[in-house]
Amino acid sequence: MARIVAGSQITDAEYMRDISLGTTIIAVTFDGGVVLGADSRTSSGTYIANRVQDKITPLLDNVYLCRSGSASDTQAIASYVQYYLAQHQAELGGPVRVETAAKLAMQMAYGNKNMLQAGLIIAGHDSSGGSVWAIPLGGTLLKVPYAIGGSGSAYITGWCDKNWRAGFTREQAREFVRAALRHAMARDSSSGGCVRTVVIDSNGADREFIPNTKLPPTYGELAAPA
Amino acid sequence: MSGIGTGYDLSATTYSPDGKVFQTDYAQKAVDNSRVTSVGAQRSREAVEKLVVSKLLVERSSRRIHNIDRHAGICMAGLLPDGRMVVNRAADEATNYKSFYGEPIPGRVLCERLASYMHLFNLYWSMRPYGAAGLLATYDDDGPALYLVEPSGVAHGYFGTAVGKARQAVKNELEKMKLGQITCREAVVEAAKILHKVHEEDGKPFEIEISWVCDESGRVHQKVPAEVLAEAEAAAKAALEESDMED
Repeated sequence: MARIVAGSQITDAEYMRDISLGTTIIAVTFDGGVVLGADSRTSSGTYIANRVQDKITPLLDNVYLCRSGSASDTQAIASYVQYYLAQHQAELGGPVRVETAAKLAMQMAYGNKNMLQAGLIIAGHDSSGGSVWAIPLGGTLLKVPYAIGGSGSAYITGWCDKNWRAGFTREQAREFVRAALRHAMARDSSSGGCVRTVVIDSNGADREFIPNTKLPPTYGELAAPA
Repeated sequence: MSGIGTGYDLSATTYSPDGKVFQTDYAQKAVDNSRVTSVGAQRSREAVEKLVVSKLLVERSSRRIHNIDRHAGICMAGLLPDGRMVVNRAADEATNYKSFYGEPIPGRVLCERLASYMHLFNLYWSMRPYGAAGLLATYDDDGPALYLVEPSGVAHGYFGTAVGKARQAVKNELEKMKLGQITCREAVVEAAKILHKVHEEDGKPFEIEISWVCDESGRVHQKVPAEVLAEAEAAAKAALEESDMED
């Protein structure tokens, strides 16, 4: 990005650019719960600002959020939603539904759509089972069986449509998420690093972290040295 | 109320030496003296009986029971205009909650919020507590529920209760019933009977208004169908005549 300042041209250094989650995020429903997944790369231009970022943020014990877009915008949205949900939970005196969390996030995203660059996926488990909610750039709220987002998602739309099945088991869904992320990270230059997944069901949330060195090679990549 | 005339009752922000807030007590009196008796019972219906103010008044033109949301309704006793303010606030709370959280407001939350609203008017010298109390009927995921919100800001859930002039007589009748075990339809008849009975003495003309929110109404708060009300009133009158024969 080139900027004109007082007649002279100054080129920002790569590491001074907006920090964005050029990302691959995904969430999938299965029988009795949901799986969320994300890569771990945070970029500032071509510079990797963080290679082990956590893009899966808890909103409640039973609801998690996948963030893509501007890192600062999505962090701010997440903390507002956490705040409102905590208040709501106190008033309700019981578990909060996933739809409510999604609706709140949508209110933040839509109400400030001109100032934000945020693509969100909300997923969780409540009394009516697992559900996934996508909130793309404009602030639409969509209930979907599975959702992918971030720059990397463009490379795996076809793969996901072909391989996704209704009625996945817990382990099938988790393996689908891992494989989808691996393919996206192989092709998308701003997705990479490690794979993080979260499974949420009636027993609560279960996190998994796969370091880069433990990821199987994808399509002609060289295996990590032993 | 021994403190009357001592100057401790001029503002809701002044305590009397024995720890009372007279303005709040007076507001409760406005409710207790109202010539309206409201009965509510869980599972879940409300009934109200009121004196006809004038023979020139069109039938059913003055209503005490209002819809708040699809799943909630409220019956106001006390000063009618004060009650309307509370009803409007309740409807606002319900719609705001739904647009913000995307689900209907739970009865307990609506009750708490209404109570907080009513309580506000007990906190400032420049304001007067509402001379109205509300019987709130709701049906949410936790089932049907009945709440009473009072001018002081106190609110409780009830199996059955009554407010207004004949409240004590009605409550005595309610205590004899097996509340929570009867159907809504049976409860409508019982309510009509009780209201006719407590109104027997003064002989003044009155009107009965009954609404319900139950499985039979599809969990929607609405006036009971005309034929159900007519049936209930006929049963009530029959029961009264029967007890007159015994005397």
